[in-house]
Amino acid sequence: MIKNPVRKEQFVKWVLVAFALSSLLFLFLIFMFILFEGLPLFHKVGLKNIIMGSKWAPTKGFFGIYPMIVSSFFVTFGALFIGAPMGLSCAIYLSEYSGKRMKMFLKPALELLAGIPSVVYGFLGVIYIVPLIRNYIGGSGFSLLATSIILGIMILPTIISISFDSLVSVPKTYREGSFAMGATKWQTIYKVVLPAARSGILASFILGMGRAIGETMAVIMIAGNALRIPTSILDPLRTLTGNIALELAYATGDHRLGLFSTGVVLLIIIMILNYIANFGIKRKM
Amino acid sequence: MRINPRFTNKFVQIGLNFQAFFTVSILVIIVAIICFKGLPYVNFEFIFAYPEDMGRLGGIFPSIAGTILLALLSILFATPLGVGTAIFLTEYTKESLFTKIIRFGVESLAGIPSILYGLFGFIFFVIKLRMGWSLLAGVLTITIMILPTIIRTSEEAIKAVPRNLRMVSYSLSATKWETVTKVVLPSAIPGILTGIMLSVGRAVGETAAVIFTMGSSLRLPTSLMDSGRTMAVHFYILAREGISMEKAYGTSLVLVVSILLINVLAYYIMNKAISKYS
Repeated sequence: MIKNPVRKEQFVKWVLVAFALSSLLFLFLIFMFILFEGLPLFHKVGLKNIIMGSKWAPTKGFFGIYPMIVSSFFVTFGALFIGAPMGLSCAIYLSEYSGKRMKMFLKPALELLAGIPSVVYGFLGVIYIVPLIRNYIGGSGFSLLATSIILGIMILPTIISISFDSLVSVPKTYREGSFAMGATKWQTIYKVVLPAARSGILASFILGMGRAIGETMAVIMIAGNALRIPTSILDPLRTLTGNIALELAYATGDHRLGLFSTGVVLLIIIMILNYIANFGIKRKM
Repeated sequence: MRINPRFTNKFVQIGLNFQAFFTVSILVIIVAIICFKGLPYVNFEFIFAYPEDMGRLGGIFPSIAGTILLALLSILFATPLGVGTAIFLTEYTKESLFTKIIRFGVESLAGIPSILYGLFGFIFFVIKLRMGWSLLAGVLTITIMILPTIIRTSEEAIKAVPRNLRMVSYSLSATKWETVTKVVLPSAIPGILTGIMLSVGRAVGETAAVIFTMGSSLRLPTSLMDSGRTMAVHFYILAREGISMEKAYGTSLVLVVSILLINVLAYYIMNKAISKYS
């Protein structure tokens, strides 16, 4: 042990700096290794043939992931279409309408939704949502619709908690000013509170998109994983994440590099979404 | 047509009430399905017996042990790193470009989806560092994955410790490190524990990042270099490969109940901590 208190302080400080730098190191390693494995194929096959190519047959030299990029965005917007209105209205209810007791119960309960593992969502999707769609709407059930419903539920906690935070941070005086002018509660929410919380709410949607586009296990269980662009909401599809998870266990050689190229595209999309979301959250503050 | 604003107001209020009720009922329905479907298959033997015939028969003991090992070891690595980072960010620096960069790194790590952690862990730990599919590769991958949660919650907890406490400590001529270890950390422990519990919950429920790093061996891992499977991975394989729906339901019950208990405990600790300072 170091006896001299001044030197001990110095020592502790440097250890803590090293700890703090470890996060950066990990981020660097993740980027480096995914890019290192994924980029050579872009050079070899050509950026256009990968990003715009529509044929994925990695053992025959076709690495087109265009259908998966499109599919990933389809399920993401599908999830947003279902999750955003539900999540936002829950957040409004929690911040503007519910009593203190109700809030104490509801908020943790909704956050517990986030704790349920994605495999469980996928399983329930297969057991309940997929047959429901197959029997009452059509198709095989493994579809864009089923995936959007499950992902829509999965992104609820993200949307609710971040929208809630931004609604709560709208100053009380804004609301009082509006009430004083004779506005009803809903007019106040709609015309004053929501516009004031706009950037935080948008950020919650974008973070929800980030979760949906990155979601893997639930998606591969219910999306059907077909290798083409879905033409209706009842068509099966394969996302970028699904492509990696389905084939990584047995892929070798260029095939594996192709999966890392898929990872590179996913990583870039996620980083852009997170950057936009963080920008939205920061501007609010 | 002009609708009476009071009518709209009432209408929206009822709609929002219904919406909140609907969302909570989704949670209740999910938990209820898992409980009712799984309960008939969960008994003493199911929890403590080894699986037979790829999991068609027997219990899930190795996967429970694998889950506990993975979660505990990841916490063991991630807690000092995470709490250390949080202490550095809150106590040892002012806001500067350096802290901004570190915060950016932490935020970015938090946003990376688990399949990319799996991809990274697979190429870095499993292949390049030649660990193979092993408990160690799984632990290191999950450590990185849960680090942002621990850093953020620890930071919040440390920031919430009243400034006066630090001032008193300094006035007694304590050094910074003495103040941190004897004054700040003891007060911040509930918040830090919450972060740890939430991270355990994440590690327990994780599949994508685990299956490509820890593998899916059905045996009980006895060393760091052994492959093994967690409950989530076991459940995924049972359900996806249609090995046994009964065992899948049983496993999902044990999995979901343990995660819910862990998370409820986390919020309980947090609420205790919040009421202490307000």
